[in-house]
Amino acid sequence: MRRLLAILLENEAGALSRVVGLFAQRNYNIETLTVAPTEDSTLSRVTLLTYGDADRIEQITKHLNRLIEVVKVVDLTDGDHIEREIMLVKVRAVGEGRAEAKRMSDIFRGQIVDMTADAYTVQLTGPSEKLDAFIAALGDTTILEVVRSGVSGIGRGEKILSL
Amino acid sequence: MTERLSGGEMLIRALQDEGVEYVFGYPGGAALHIYDAVFKQQRIEHILVRHEQAATHMADGYARSTGKPGVVLVTSGPGATNAITGLATAFMDSTPIIVISAQVPNEVIGTDAFQETDMVGVSRPVVKHSYMVKSADEIPRIVKEAFYIASSGRPGPIVIDIPKDTTDPNETFDYDYPETVSLRSYSPATRGHGGQIRKAVAALMRAKRPVIYTGGGIVQGEAGDMLTAIARMLGYPVTNTLMGLGGYPGTDRQFLGMLGMHGTFEANMAMHEADLIFAAGARFDDRVTNNPTKFAPDAKVIHVDIDPAAISKIVNADIPIVGPVSEVLTEMARLIDAALEEDPERIDRAAIDAWWGRIDRWRRTHGLDHDQRHRAGTNGAMLPQHVIQAVYRATQGEAYVTSDVGQHQMFAAQYYKFDAPRRWINSGGLGTMGFGLPAAMGVQFAHPHDTVACITGEGSFMMNMQELSTCMQYALPIKIVNLNNQALGMVKQWQDMQYGGRHSHSTYRDALPDFKALAESFGHVAYRVDDVGELDGVMADTFGPKHKDDLVFIDAHIDPDEHVYPMAIKGGSMADMVLEREPGRDDIREDV
Ligand SMILES: Cc1ncc(C[n+]2csc(CCOP(=O)(O)OP(=O)(O)O)c2C)c(N)n1
Ligand SMILES: [Mg+2]
Repeated sequence: MRRLLAILLENEAGALSRVVGLFAQRNYNIETLTVAPTEDSTLSRVTLLTYGDADRIEQITKHLNRLIEVVKVVDLTDGDHIEREIMLVKVRAVGEGRAEAKRMSDIFRGQIVDMTADAYTVQLTGPSEKLDAFIAALGDTTILEVVRSGVSGIGRGEKILSL
Repeated sequence: MTERLSGGEMLIRALQDEGVEYVFGYPGGAALHIYDAVFKQQRIEHILVRHEQAATHMADGYARSTGKPGVVLVTSGPGATNAITGLATAFMDSTPIIVISAQVPNEVIGTDAFQETDMVGVSRPVVKHSYMVKSADEIPRIVKEAFYIASSGRPGPIVIDIPKDTTDPNETFDYDYPETVSLRSYSPATRGHGGQIRKAVAALMRAKRPVIYTGGGIVQGEAGDMLTAIARMLGYPVTNTLMGLGGYPGTDRQFLGMLGMHGTFEANMAMHEADLIFAAGARFDDRVTNNPTKFAPDAKVIHVDIDPAAISKIVNADIPIVGPVSEVLTEMARLIDAALEEDPERIDRAAIDAWWGRIDRWRRTHGLDHDQRHRAGTNGAMLPQHVIQAVYRATQGEAYVTSDVGQHQMFAAQYYKFDAPRRWINSGGLGTMGFGLPAAMGVQFAHPHDTVACITGEGSFMMNMQELSTCMQYALPIKIVNLNNQALGMVKQWQDMQYGGRHSHSTYRDALPDFKALAESFGHVAYRVDDVGELDGVMADTFGPKHKDDLVFIDAHIDPDEHVYPMAIKGGSMADMVLEREPGRDDIREDV
């Protein structure tokens, strides 16, 4: 089961390494991980994508909660939520391929954020599947480099994760 | 008026304010400012050990026998890394120790400076929490938090890493020790869920084949009295884990002994056949359950624990209750008492009597005392069981007993009956050889007028025997009973049972010291015993007035071929046990 966890963490040196260390120690996988301070600068918010059955996720959640610096853990996939990921793709853009790359970017509502005579850098935002689909759709276009942010998530509606 | 103190002085002052009596430590460059602060005061006694690992086990022994955190002070680099085994030992058994490790100065951290080790990083998987001091003025708050976190909730070890510059004697600060701790991200449960507790009580009263199974949480959580009250009201059988011994009186008729890998036949059978298991302060360790998929097939499980992560980790709990065991058991006792008051017939006494009938039969036919097996060893050799029983008699069951890891540990757990909590002290979770002697020292410091025995094996003893020197320095009257089988007995037993008797690196018969002479060379009293007939005499001298103030080392030469039984059969249920030596059998678990 694919699970997206949102974690509020004390914004302190070493706190993130405990979260990451926990996954390594207990043989859990981290698929993607994003982290940044929140509007309250004493708190960081981590969004962590992992896979596991219900028992495993329950154990992960419990062990995360055991860490002193973890303030809250929520499994976003338990309810309605929004997921977004940002991707920057540098593609070869020469000859016919140049127009093709532009066209694909437009279709996926990407933005070309940098260009040279030979390359475009396309920025794309959306759920991870959309980013996957874009890569697949690039077809013959040569991909020079891809960087993805990992998934960020937030609950839909009134639900909020706070202290 | 607030005082002006240096970082080093604030540290020691904060320890005083926490009521610390002893610090177990070993100095070195990065710790010297702190050591100077230690020198300038009298309230805390610093105990100079001979190896930092031993300091951690001493602090652990102190903590386990008192419930108060034990404190360790080590220097950076090798001093800090030597403390890791002790941290891991404390972590696995959830005991509160605080390791203060000096660190190289802030300005050189990260440069591979002399004796620099990333202590916070190295220790991270084996601590409940850790701190890196950034500036001296954080020290009082950090010490306050460390003591609180170490001893609350599910207790555990804490590291405080202190760079040398933050202890500089030339920089002083206003000292103010905080009275309270405020940690928004840490709030251990203070009581159990009322509805769950009522459900648990109802299930308990309906049970026909119940077992109460409790572990170290009862000891640590000071819930022994409540457990006993509940067991007496219900009249149900009780079994304890290796860590939980003493949580329920070992000589009580309702006590089935220890359960698990080397548990008693009746305890393991009762667990397997139970229709209800009431687990409290226990964690369904793999050394208890054997194969979890075959665990107690008919049993409904009630599980009380302070740590939500311990619940449904191995065995699914039908009625989970998160909370401090003492609080939860008190509430349960109240409800049980009220229910029985209202209707004494609520419990199916006929079913419970029939259940006891089966248990008593198991006990009679296969209990620890069921045969003459322990009357004599091969060629009349003394058996380890004899030695433990002699220690038990000589101490009237009232000693603090520490142990190491191996066969001797299991014999001690099986044959010494503990009637009170915090008396049996051993490394159950990590299984740390070398724990016994330093742990006994920590216990003796905490309880200077009580009898402290260390039941060890020659292999384990040699892992920390340098501490005989510390014992001499501080005149500790510990009684060390060395069950000398001239082998890494537990390893050898597995090799006998599973590897066709090929004793790969488990014996060293010709390379052992004369332990009597060794102990005497440190100024201690020592005996060598080979014959069972001499046992009671030596024990009477050892534990009697004659050697009240002496450390006595008894080198007991026992039958090298004795095995520990019962022993769980690998991959089986709890009912699958080997009960005695069966030549050619090789289906035993593989990991020691
Ligand atoms: C530090 C450490 N190393 C290795 C082991 C594995 N081990 C478990 S029991 C044992 C043998 C212990 O020998 P001894 O102390 O003489 O006890 P005996 O089993 O002979 O009573 C060993 C090597 C361990 N538990 N701890
Ligand atoms: Mg031995």
